[in-house]
Amino acid sequence: MTNAREVERQLPSQEARDLLALTSDIASRELAPRAAAAEERREFPRDLFGLLGQAGLLGLPYPEEYGGGGQPYEVYLQVVEELSRAWLTVGLGTSVHCLSCHGLATFGSDEQRERWLPDLVGGDLLGAYCLSEPHSGSDAAALRTRAERTADGYRLSGTKAWVTHGGVADFYLVLARTGEDGPKGISAFLVDGGTPGLSGASPERKMGLRSSVTSQVVLDGVEVPVERRLGAEGDGFRVAMAALDAGRLGIAAGAVGVAQAALDVAVEYAGQRTAFGRPIGEFQGVSFLIADAAAGIEAARQLYLAAARRKDGGLPYGRQAAMAKLVATDTCMRVTTDMVQVLGGAGYVEDYPVERYMREAKVLQIVEGTNQIQRMVIARSLIQR
Amino acid sequence: METMNIVVLIKQVPDTWSERKLTDTDHTLDRDAADAVIDEINERAVEEALLLKEAHGGKVTVVSMGPDRATDAIRKALSMGADEAVHISDAALHGSDTIQTAKVLASAIRTIEGVDLVVAGNEATDGRAGAIPAMLAELLGLPQLTHARRVEVEGTEVRVERETEDGITHLAAELPAVVSVGEKINEPRYPSFKGIMAAKKKPVTTLGLGDLGIDPSEVGLAAAFTSVVESAPKPPRGAGERVEDQGDGGVRIVEYLAAQKLV
Ligand SMILES: Cc1cc2nc3c(=O)[nH]c(=O)nc-3n(C[C@H](O)[C@H](O)[C@H](O)COP(=O)(O)OP(=O)(O)OC[C@H]3O[C@@H](n4cnc5c(N)ncnc54)[C@H](O)[C@@H]3O)c2cc1C
Repeated sequence: MTNAREVERQLPSQEARDLLALTSDIASRELAPRAAAAEERREFPRDLFGLLGQAGLLGLPYPEEYGGGGQPYEVYLQVVEELSRAWLTVGLGTSVHCLSCHGLATFGSDEQRERWLPDLVGGDLLGAYCLSEPHSGSDAAALRTRAERTADGYRLSGTKAWVTHGGVADFYLVLARTGEDGPKGISAFLVDGGTPGLSGASPERKMGLRSSVTSQVVLDGVEVPVERRLGAEGDGFRVAMAALDAGRLGIAAGAVGVAQAALDVAVEYAGQRTAFGRPIGEFQGVSFLIADAAAGIEAARQLYLAAARRKDGGLPYGRQAAMAKLVATDTCMRVTTDMVQVLGGAGYVEDYPVERYMREAKVLQIVEGTNQIQRMVIARSLIQR
Repeated sequence: METMNIVVLIKQVPDTWSERKLTDTDHTLDRDAADAVIDEINERAVEEALLLKEAHGGKVTVVSMGPDRATDAIRKALSMGADEAVHISDAALHGSDTIQTAKVLASAIRTIEGVDLVVAGNEATDGRAGAIPAMLAELLGLPQLTHARRVEVEGTEVRVERETEDGITHLAAELPAVVSVGEKINEPRYPSFKGIMAAKKKPVTTLGLGDLGIDPSEVGLAAAFTSVVESAPKPPRGAGERVEDQGDGGVRIVEYLAAQKLV
């Protein structure tokens, strides 16, 4: 679909409107036409990240002085939404890349930022974020990867799991244990993809989001100089969680994009398919599914934007980000399931993209904190202990 | 040639994806009825100008005649990398025909000093007259090299491969000259976000008819040489032609396509 219906957005500036126009242009001309076939073949579209990098879309939320776009989250996230609407692998990949830059941008010293941030956010390098391990996902603070002190730095050993862009990334934000058990013994490191001892295992065979590489990353005595540690020793969990607060907004935006894409297909189909001598969109049983989907999508969009504006305004936003991630991804799951229903049998086969959207929606309820964990975050922030 | 001073003509047109219609009152294009975009062929013209600038150094100035919202098309060209723009906007221009438009564009181009090359698309997707580049060359007293699928500048000479239904012709002329480009010339680049930010600061000169010394009575619908007296929407698509395959189906389909000049 080259002429995707334009989402009515409220954007804060002319440059933001031009940026979204550029994004839609790239999404409809470069992403959408390739998505279905590449997902079927599990092809990772590295070249498209190159294109996004050249267009300046891989560093939007980071400062202009370091080569980023200097855009508020309110704008950056709508770019992620548009990309995800055309191809979640690329939209989510962009969000994960920005997540991987967050540690350096937020916790790096001035010297560290000057040295490395322009490369991370200003070009077409791709990042990965390594927190989860085979035995510790939700309970991330139980991670076991070790970083042992050496004469001039650290030696990292362990296995990271579920790493988006594992093995194909140019740099990795790695969380590893430098001290005691629990969250206070963890430190964060920025590791180059080419460092000896770092390797990606074979990609997981996933239900959806198949073009996105997800794999274990094995760290076998990886030497990391001390100046590549972000924050102090023991600050790592804070670095990881702060990145996740921001990253969850990217997942929410991606979920809205996928739900919107499913709605777009269903709306078109409901106007054309006839049954009992009428377009099926005239049956209340169908049109109400579509109305509920549209209302849910808009509510989810406004929720992530409200959280983003808090972040942009320097207010605490962790609870709101968790709410946005929870609501947007649950909405995405419901909407994509319902839009398959609107298409009937056609919805269940690969000739239409809605079955793929439904498979993609599921992963969004799991990544960057399962939706159970989001509820835990929300409740903990409310109930004083 | 040291560096090149290039002018690109761009036009904002209704998006070919949206429904296009003429107004009921004066049969001019209803520009508010459809999304407006920079004409795709003009993006190629901009791209070609940028490639020449990158190869030879110099400057690219965008010239556009159109209502206020043509600034969107101008900004797009600037964000792709053009350096500055001239926007001719005047209510009196509404309904101008091709000759009047060419005259206005020629006057605007004359306000730019030392132009080496004017690049245009060979035909816009809305009016489809395809005459402006030739008229403009005539008015400016410059050689015209139209329907280019390849453009090269060497020294003070411009060489063009011209492609039309009649075949390919090799043209050459001394600069300054007017070149119009066809669909096959190149793939236009995407702007970058840095380009979008930079475009905000690039100079755009807005000119009215007064600035160009043109009397409003010479232009616009009332003074146009051509007028549209009637218009009707395209009839709905017919039922199509049915080919019954009696062993010769393939041949008959090819015959049909050949008759339509599609193969
Ligand atoms: C495609 C994909 C990409 C990913 N990308 C990355 C990445 O780039 N980087 C990265 O570090 N990780 C990544 N992950 C990992 C992801 O963040 C984890 O899968 C997620 O955090 C859940 O962890 P787990 O799989 O170990 O599940 P578990 O933690 O084992 O959870 C299993 C179930 O128990 C529930 N549960 C656990 N604890 C509680 C509790 N206290 N209360 C209630 N319920 C609970 C969970 O909600 C879940 O339903 C990715 C995962 C996938 C599938």
